Amino acid sequence: MATGVDTLISPAMEAAKGKWGEPRVSPPISLSDIRKWAIATYWPETPPAIYWDEAYAATTRWGGIIAPPDFNPFAWPVKRVAPTAAPQPAGGVRLTGMNGGQTDTFGAPMRPGDVITARSRLQDFNERQGRFGLMLYTFSETEWTNQNGEFVRRRISTSIRY
Amino acid sequence: MTVKVFFEDVEVGDQMPTWSRTTDFMHWNRYAAVNDEFVPFHMDDEAGRKAGNKEGAFGMGNLRYAYLANALREWIGDEAEIREIGCQYRAINQKNDTLTVVGQVVEKAVVGGENRVKLTVNVMNQSGDATCPGHAVVVLPNRG
Repeated sequence: MATGVDTLISPAMEAAKGKWGEPRVSPPISLSDIRKWAIATYWPETPPAIYWDEAYAATTRWGGIIAPPDFNPFAWPVKRVAPTAAPQPAGGVRLTGMNGGQTDTFGAPMRPGDVITARSRLQDFNERQGRFGLMLYTFSETEWTNQNGEFVRRRISTSIRY
Repeated sequence: MTVKVFFEDVEVGDQMPTWSRTTDFMHWNRYAAVNDEFVPFHMDDEAGRKAGNKEGAFGMGNLRYAYLANALREWIGDEAEIREIGCQYRAINQKNDTLTVVGQVVEKAVVGGENRVKLTVNVMNQSGDATCPGHAVVVLPNRG
């Protein structure tokens, strides 16, 4: 809990606000990745054919298999890279963190063969007095595009620290 | 080609069909396997208790998010689009919980040429707790 500090917003956070980080590139999405994702998220029932049946998917408006919107092409990196440290709040106090949820906006669906590029930035932050004293809300934006430059997904994640 | 619901047929106040799963390690371990999400408190009861959940291991928020997407896809069919999903994680998914996705239409509008339908959504547990309140926007085809 943040006690004895006037603000949790640090100069490092102000400096990072709005600046995109280095892009990350996913491995190519495979049909089998999509099939297994759908099996796991529909378990124990059979997932919809659009996620695994090429003959059926060819008859839809998509003309082929698409991935579920929640599919994560960045799972299972070969090399584990430590995430870039987010700018730390001010005050030098140890804070408790909570996942405040997320909002995703979807564009072009992901398909087998797609390579997704992600970039992230600290979009905004604010703080207010709450149940646990001074509470810091940070909003991070991650944008995905595919190999054709098409918009795939934007996620705004909310993190709450106090 | 499967059109399950047309824009013209949806009214504000309509309930989306519900979608349910009773979840345990069989679901969580499969999700961990595809999302590379091997977090001890999702996999081991002792680790779950250490993390403050006296009942032990608990399910992933991301899996509930997938259930929201699945429920929307089931309702709208393959020819429609999911444009937006947002949610907050409010309560823990305990082992053997029956999770039911619910949704209600709150707005209908043509935006930028798209037939957009906005819903409030949630993932309820068997006790009636709202574990994952949020919203969604889908884009539906016109009839004819």
